[in-house]
Amino acid sequence: MINQSESAKQGYALLVEQASPGSKLAANSLRAFFVGGTICAVGQIFKNALLAVGMTQDNASLVAACILIVLAVLLTVVGLYSKLGKIAGAGSIVPITGFANAIASPAIEYKKEGLVLGVGAKMFLIAGPVIVYGAMASVLVGIVYYFLR
Amino acid sequence: MKKFLGAQTVRFSQPPTIKAAASIVGPKEGEGPLWQSFDVISPDVLFGMDSWEKAESEMARQTVALAAQKAGLPMEEIRYILAGDLLNQNSGSTFGMRSFGRPFFGLFGACSAIGEGMSLGAMLIDGGFADYVIANASSHFCGAEKTFRFPLELGTQRPPTASWTVTGDGAVVLAARGEGPYITAVTTGAIVDMGVTDANNMGAAMAPAAADTLITHFKDLHIQPGHYDKIITGDLGKIGQDLLLALMTDAGYDLRDVHEDCGLLIYDRQGQDVHAGGSGCGCSAAVFAGYLLNQLRKKEIKRLLFIPTGALHSVATVQQGETMPAIAHAVAIEA
Repeated sequence: MINQSESAKQGYALLVEQASPGSKLAANSLRAFFVGGTICAVGQIFKNALLAVGMTQDNASLVAACILIVLAVLLTVVGLYSKLGKIAGAGSIVPITGFANAIASPAIEYKKEGLVLGVGAKMFLIAGPVIVYGAMASVLVGIVYYFLR
Repeated sequence: MKKFLGAQTVRFSQPPTIKAAASIVGPKEGEGPLWQSFDVISPDVLFGMDSWEKAESEMARQTVALAAQKAGLPMEEIRYILAGDLLNQNSGSTFGMRSFGRPFFGLFGACSAIGEGMSLGAMLIDGGFADYVIANASSHFCGAEKTFRFPLELGTQRPPTASWTVTGDGAVVLAARGEGPYITAVTTGAIVDMGVTDANNMGAAMAPAAADTLITHFKDLHIQPGHYDKIITGDLGKIGQDLLLALMTDAGYDLRDVHEDCGLLIYDRQGQDVHAGGSGCGCSAAVFAGYLLNQLRKKEIKRLLFIPTGALHSVATVQQGETMPAIAHAVAIEA
């Protein structure tokens, strides 16, 4: 019998740590930096182009973000965003395109469960917490800003 | 006559024979080093269906039907079908087996399902309750990702300790009489939990369960690892294998010359980018039904200890911060 005492579990945890390779932090960070930066640069190119055709600052930012979202959803649908994510990690998760991917991918996965309980409900499986805590954080920041102003 | 001995072992008085087996896998497994040993490599991960769940059931149905056909038995001759998978409520198996109209026991032992099925099937036969039994286990990469992890198209990275769920199925036809190979003994695993919480490191959770069952098996039968030509675990992967060898060395058993793992055999780990190795019910089942049974038949392996391993967590238990219990069932087979 394997000893399952607390001290044996602690010893085993050390053994597991030694046997389990960690993620390649430096390489992953570099790739995330370059891919994330490229996505942001592409967004900036769209924005500059929109400004050049006479759009206002606010509208150009908004439309550039919308274009990135549509592109990310398209890449998700054809199965390329998951491949990009495998290489880029946080680099393709953190930008607005990652959020679009997080909404689109469960919508595809749960299509078979129907439009209401499948697509509609599961669409926010991953993005839901970001919306909930993002909205809460913005309220808190708003209150702090109100009193400090 | 008493057939149980030691703490957890059964030795059969009239060892059931493995009459036939069938394996069906997906395209990625068909690109792996064992491709020649599988009966069917489906080029289509959907198996002609329109959902992952239906695909797994169809794969299971086809494999069981093929196994019965290879055994030369009409389905009516099969007394029991024992089957397990990873989908919720064992639906891969139940939906796959529903058209056969034969007595059915659904099993859940996670990735140890084929070991559980072969153990119980052999007991049913040696107990005189059946002459022909089919044990089946299936898993589907896409279905498992959906059940346990993230949507397929989500752009995330897998940690180096993660394993790749095999899209595959193995079905084994056990019979009361025949030319072998024979199931001579089984040691049923107890649930072992060494406190691992990382669901992306299942090898680490399962290695102690494999060690526990192995040590019990050796003690119950008063044998050493050298009794077997091969001791083959289910889906420990690279990290789990390293941990198992370390745990067994601590316990005074040297497995290095005889141990292999189905999760390391089924894929080219580096070339196919599967990180720690293959996993899933279909991993050990398809490797046994193809590659291992071929070796037993050719007598390249005369004595095999087949020990599928399973991590018994659910999505809810992991999210609640629970540790991962694991199990391993040992099946001793002689050519």
